[in-house]
Amino acid sequence: MTLKVENLCTYFFTRAGVAKAVDGVSFEVGRGEILGLVGESGSGKSITGFSVLGLVDPPGRIAGGRILFHGEDLVGRSQGEMRSLRGKKIAMIFQDPMMTLNPVLSIETQMVETVRAHDRVSKAEARARAVEALGLVGIPSPDERLAAYPHQFSGGMRQRVAIAMALLHRPELIIADEPTTALDVTIQSQILAVIQGLSRDFGMSLIWISHDLGVVAGLAHRIAVMYAGRIVETGETDTVLDNPVHPYTIGLMRSVPANLERGEPLTPIPGMAPPPLGRPAGCPFRLRCFAATAACKTEPEETAADGHRWRCFHPQIARAA
Amino acid sequence: MTIFIIRRFSQSLFVVFLTSLLVFVGVYAIGNPVDILIPADASFAEREAAIRALGLDRSLVAQYGTFLVNALHGDFGRSFVFNQPAISLIFQRLPATLELAFVALTIALMLGIPLGLIAGLKPRSVTDETIMTGSILGFSLPNFWQGMMLIMIFSVWLGWLPSSGRGETGEIFGIATSLASWDGLAHLILPATNLALFQLSLVIRLTRTGVRETMPLDFIKFARAKGLSERRIISVHVMKNILIPIVTVVGMEFGSLIAFAVVTETIFAWPGIGKLLIDSITVLDRPVVVAYLLVVVTMFIFINLAVDIVYSMLDPRIRLSETQ
Repeated sequence: MTLKVENLCTYFFTRAGVAKAVDGVSFEVGRGEILGLVGESGSGKSITGFSVLGLVDPPGRIAGGRILFHGEDLVGRSQGEMRSLRGKKIAMIFQDPMMTLNPVLSIETQMVETVRAHDRVSKAEARARAVEALGLVGIPSPDERLAAYPHQFSGGMRQRVAIAMALLHRPELIIADEPTTALDVTIQSQILAVIQGLSRDFGMSLIWISHDLGVVAGLAHRIAVMYAGRIVETGETDTVLDNPVHPYTIGLMRSVPANLERGEPLTPIPGMAPPPLGRPAGCPFRLRCFAATAACKTEPEETAADGHRWRCFHPQIARAA
Repeated sequence: MTIFIIRRFSQSLFVVFLTSLLVFVGVYAIGNPVDILIPADASFAEREAAIRALGLDRSLVAQYGTFLVNALHGDFGRSFVFNQPAISLIFQRLPATLELAFVALTIALMLGIPLGLIAGLKPRSVTDETIMTGSILGFSLPNFWQGMMLIMIFSVWLGWLPSSGRGETGEIFGIATSLASWDGLAHLILPATNLALFQLSLVIRLTRTGVRETMPLDFIKFARAKGLSERRIISVHVMKNILIPIVTVVGMEFGSLIAFAVVTETIFAWPGIGKLLIDSITVLDRPVVVAYLLVVVTMFIFINLAVDIVYSMLDPRIRLSETQ
C-alpha cells in the first residue's frame, strides 16, 4: 500500500473557533492506483492533499490521525524530513497553471532547481533531465522551450510544464489538485491522457482531487466523495457511480447535465455547503438532504458492504437498484 | 533594445531642452542679480557697465538664444559670484553629493531589505512590530532635527564621530572619495545615515509588503511542494519578485535623495552641490542655478533609463519592445 490515511483531522485554529476542515478522513491508495477525491468547494479535499505533503498553512495543522506512506507515519515529521520527501517521493500538481509557476524565473531555472533540491548532480545533467521530462509530457522542442518564461506558454502548456516538474524524480505518488479545472475541454482531455499514460507507464499512484464527477469517472479506479470534511461515500468507481447510496452522491450526479436525457430538468442540491465553523450537529448534509429524518441529528457511523462504504442512516440502496 | 534606447535618448533631449527653457524663464523672473551683486553705493555708470558685462541689458529671447548656443558648445556661462565656469563649479561639488547619496542608498538597501524580510516573514510578531514602529519614526522625524540629534549623540555625548566637514579624501580610480580613508569614512557615517533613514524606512515597508503579498501565492506553495529549501524559496522565488517594486521606487527616490541632500549637507557642512545651489539662489547666481537644474534633470533621465533596463532584466514579462 503506497499511502494509507487513517482518521486524518486537519483543523484551523482561528480566533472565531476551530474550523474542522478535514474531520476524520480515511482512505488508501495502492501502487499504480488512481483515487478520485470528489467534493464541492470547501469540502476539505484540497486540505487533505496538502496535509499529506505537510503543507498546511497556519493557523491550520494536523490535529490527529495517521498518514502512512509505505507504512511510515508522516504526521509529526520535521519540515526537513518532509522537504526531502516532497517533490521526490510525493509530488503535487496545482489547480491554476497560471499561478503555479514563478513568473520571473525561466522554466529552466525552475526545473533545474527541482532536480538539484534532491539530487547532487551537475547543472548540465539536471538540464538534460528537465528536457527529458518536458518531452514526456508532450512539449514540442523541449530543448529550446526550456529557456522560455511562463508567460510565453499557454495555460495547457504551463500545466504540462508543472506536470513535467512533478515527474522529475519519478515520484511514487502524485497529488493532483483539480489540474484540469482551469483549462479548455480539449486541453483538459489532453492533460488527462498524459497523466493517465504516465501513471500507467511508471506505476505511479495518483490522488485526483476534483469537483467534476465526469472527469473522475473516466480516470479513477476508486472514488471517495467528500462532504464537510468527511468522506461520505467511497468504493470502486463503477460501484459508486452505478449504485450511489449516499443522498449527497446522488445529488452530485443529478447536477451533471451529461447524466440526463435532453430536456429533463437538472436537480441541483438545494442550499450551500455549511461553512467549517457552522456545521450542523449530526450528519452535516441533513439540512440539504431529501431523505433526512430525526435520526440524522446524530452522527452516522460508517457502513461497509463489499468494499463500498458510506456514512448515512438512509442509504438509497433500493432506489438505485 | 537599441531602438528603445535611441528613442528614449531623443525624447530625453527634448525634455532637457524644455527644462532649460522653463528654468531660464523662471530664474529670469525671480529678480535682477545686479541688485545683489553691485554694492549699494555704486555709481549709475558702474551699474550700467556691470549690466552690460553680464549681458543683462538684452531681451529675454536674445539672452536665451545666446545661452542655448553656448550650452550646445558645453559652455553654461560663468558664475556671477565666483567668476568660474558654472559647469565646472558644479562638477567640483557633485562627487561629494553623489558619494553621500550612494552611501545612503547602500545603507538603505543593505539594512532595509533584510529588516523588511524579517518583518514580513513573521507578521504581527514583536520583531515585526518593533521594526515597523522604527520605520514610522524614520518616515516622520524631520530630517534636520534628526541630523542634529545624531550630532548630539554621536559627536557631542559619545564623541565617536566627527560632526561636520568631509574629512580627508583619498583617490580610488582617480576619483576623490571619502571611502578611501578612515577619516573620510568617519566623516561620512553620520550624514549618510541621516540621509538614509527615510529611504531605509521606505525600503523596509516595500519589502515587507512585497513579502506579505508574495508568500501566500500559489507558486510559493508549489515551490515548497517541489521540495525546495525555505532559504532558496525566500532568496530566489520571493526576492526576485519583490525586487521589481523596490527597484522602481528606489530609482525614483534616488533623485530626491540628491535633492534632500541640501538639508543634510547644510547641517553637517558637507561640501556638496546642495549647499552650492542654496547659496547661488540667495545671490541670484543665474548661470549656476540653470546649470545645476539641467545637470539634475539629465541625471534623473539617466536614472530612469537605468531603472527601465534593470526592470526588464528582473521581469521577463516586460520587454523593452521595439514594435510600438
